[in-house]
Amino acid sequence: MSPTTQMVQDAPDRDVPASELGASVVGRGNKDGNRLFREWYEELTSAPERNEHSAYVFVMGSLAEILRSFDIHTIFPEINGLQTAVRHVADDYIAQAEDYGFSADVCGYVKADIGMQLRAGDHPMGKIPPPSLAVYTNACNTYVKWAEIWERMYHVPIFTLDIPGTRAAGRLTWSGNVDFENDRRYVAGQIGELIELCEQVTGKRFDIDKLRETMRYTNTMSEKWKRLIELNQSVPAVYNAVTDGTVFLGMVNGFRGRPEGAAYFTDLVKEMEYKAANHIGTPFEEKYRLVFVGVPCYPIFRRFSEMFTEWGGSFAGSSYLWFASGGANLGFQYDLDRPLESLAEGLLVTVRDAMDSMFYSNQNLVDMIEPYGIDGVVYHPIKSCRTVSTGLADNRRAVMEATDVATLFMESDHMDKRVVSEAQLKNRIDAFFEGLATRKVRRSSASKNESEA
Amino acid sequence: MPRVLDPYEAMSLAEAIAMCRDLVEDPDFPTVARWRDSGGKVVGHFQVYFPEEIVHAAGLLPFKVRGAPLEARQGESHFGSYLCSILKTSLEIALTNRLALDMFVSHPICDSARNLAAVWGRNFDYPCEILYLPQNANSAHAATYLRGEYARLSREVEAIAGHPITADELRASLGVFNENRRLLRELYEIKRETPWLLAVDEAYSLVAVGGMVPREEHNQLLRWALPRIRERSAIPQDRMRLVFAGGFCEQPPLDLLRTIAQFSYVVDDDLLIGLRWITEDIPVGGDPLADLAEAYLERSSYSPVQHDLRKPKEQMLLAQIKGANAGAAIITAAKMCEPGLDEVVAYTKALDDEGIPYFVSEFEERMTNFDSLQIQLETFIENLLFA
Repeated sequence: MSPTTQMVQDAPDRDVPASELGASVVGRGNKDGNRLFREWYEELTSAPERNEHSAYVFVMGSLAEILRSFDIHTIFPEINGLQTAVRHVADDYIAQAEDYGFSADVCGYVKADIGMQLRAGDHPMGKIPPPSLAVYTNACNTYVKWAEIWERMYHVPIFTLDIPGTRAAGRLTWSGNVDFENDRRYVAGQIGELIELCEQVTGKRFDIDKLRETMRYTNTMSEKWKRLIELNQSVPAVYNAVTDGTVFLGMVNGFRGRPEGAAYFTDLVKEMEYKAANHIGTPFEEKYRLVFVGVPCYPIFRRFSEMFTEWGGSFAGSSYLWFASGGANLGFQYDLDRPLESLAEGLLVTVRDAMDSMFYSNQNLVDMIEPYGIDGVVYHPIKSCRTVSTGLADNRRAVMEATDVATLFMESDHMDKRVVSEAQLKNRIDAFFEGLATRKVRRSSASKNESEA
Repeated sequence: MPRVLDPYEAMSLAEAIAMCRDLVEDPDFPTVARWRDSGGKVVGHFQVYFPEEIVHAAGLLPFKVRGAPLEARQGESHFGSYLCSILKTSLEIALTNRLALDMFVSHPICDSARNLAAVWGRNFDYPCEILYLPQNANSAHAATYLRGEYARLSREVEAIAGHPITADELRASLGVFNENRRLLRELYEIKRETPWLLAVDEAYSLVAVGGMVPREEHNQLLRWALPRIRERSAIPQDRMRLVFAGGFCEQPPLDLLRTIAQFSYVVDDDLLIGLRWITEDIPVGGDPLADLAEAYLERSSYSPVQHDLRKPKEQMLLAQIKGANAGAAIITAAKMCEPGLDEVVAYTKALDDEGIPYFVSEFEERMTNFDSLQIQLETFIENLLFA
């Protein structure tokens, strides 16, 4: 029995209400997440020995449900990339890609992956197998360019699952609308084409019951992911949406459509409910509640977080948890009685939401401020990613027009240390918190004066 | 329909081309202002390809938004640092009221362009949207989807126009644009067959002006100019025949093209490829939206921002070089243009494999100093000529 299988079975408290859990559950989410994550990489490393297929996929629309139903492993180059950065070896991989010809201005994730491919898959977490195919949506255009690179390198099939996004802010369409139905039919048609491709690659017949099974696990994960995000309305925040959130994101993507993923998030929500019920926060005293917009600074990940926590800044929310989960924040539930139709609808709705969380997130951020008790919004556009970063300066202007919440705008990168100036970041962050402190004093004086009057 | 170009019929060809060049470099877009002054409405569409026929059929002016050679003083404040210039200057011309629109449309050509629609929408009250051209050109369902997406766009445009677009109006527009593309193909044939008659910057000016005037007027201009170009008495010189790649979205400054033209004949390029995207006449007898959609997918050129397994970009470039009988290529990318920069790697590897010489450079629409580029290019070409 593998450790992951064991975890699915061993869950003595899975049916116990949060109020009856003991303090021993605190911290298990990160502990289990890290362990499962290592095991997942071991599983990927050894896949070729078992003649198992792997697909290169991305976090926004991984198509894990289809791929898992064919027993195809899902490998996430974005996650591989960030792992090289947090383990402080990204520079070497990026340099190798630049020597190969890629510009300094190309996405660092792409270059870390190219460097890794040029090293035959050598990675700090294991050995990443070459792809049998690549499957990606258009949620990020770089996905498409990236896959073209693999096509040239490996001559494997690459499949774009094109998911039309929201045409204009707030103009969402739903089932029954003529434009939604046009989009849905397009997505459904492509799912059929992907299934045919998977049959060709694996030599296996499509099994709709197996698809249903993976979708059932995703349903649990999506439901729990939505709940997880809501739970951070608690004061203090029960997890750090940037640091802990990155662990959770690794799990929600890597284990999508798997029983281990469903079990993990069921347990995690229990832990967070227990923490909320007992007012247990992160290990730092929470003075300011923040929301993070963008992608974290992985080359100095721990220090980046400390620059906020040292001031008592706690990330209660993060747009990263919306888009990098592929829209799992909606908690979309597939209808297992009509799996293919529902998969098309679910993909359309969730990936569209992930795109909206990058392009049109200003209203969502404004809507978070009251329920989450947000004191400040931290924008962190990065050089590498135009998808996430292009609109953030304008987004900030819109949020500042709509509310009087404090905002911080600071640029660096999620991969490339050459673009990360720790001293400059610290200066900006310190000044931001000084401003927050002044605001707090002013507000406190104002309310005191009001009560005296 | 109001005339928006100054009378050029009595001008020399050089004067008419100079007029076009001035219009292309003018950030106040006087032809658009004239159109508006006569009561016309304008739909701005960002690079690369847009089905202008739909807007034309509604009686509106489709305007190709392609940035401008100016400082983006206001535009800069809406964006971060690591972005291409065309985003900032495109917004700048709108924020500074140089360009008044009734609708703005962007496309999923890249992540910056999609974000641009959102940024635009937060700053203007008129409709701003993304036209989701299909990115899975290989799906059997793409053409049907695109027909539906064009129908959606038509409804949006009808709302701006205040009246419906009939199928006959659309067919008539297909005819106008078919003629326009035929004339542009003829212009490019002159570049390929007799490049000494038309320098790359001159050809560019004649093409680019089409994105800012009614297409019938552009057709008239081209019908007037083409015979005059053929009648030119320029003598062929011993210059390297080059293909220029990298001008599909942000446009290099005209002075950069002029610098290249000093040393070489640019016999083919991807400059403003969106205006030439459809490579054959679109049938005009059937369902016009379906025919327009089918042409986008099946009768079209290539660019780094369209993924189509049938059109590997580097193979398309090699075919272009061969088709134009070129001896080398200039491979460029706009600064901070991710798709363009990615493609540079694929292009140069393929050219290396084929033993075709190439010159690699980055550009920005607002660059003003070409001395260094001139020396490097001159050296590159001399090395080839005297090798």
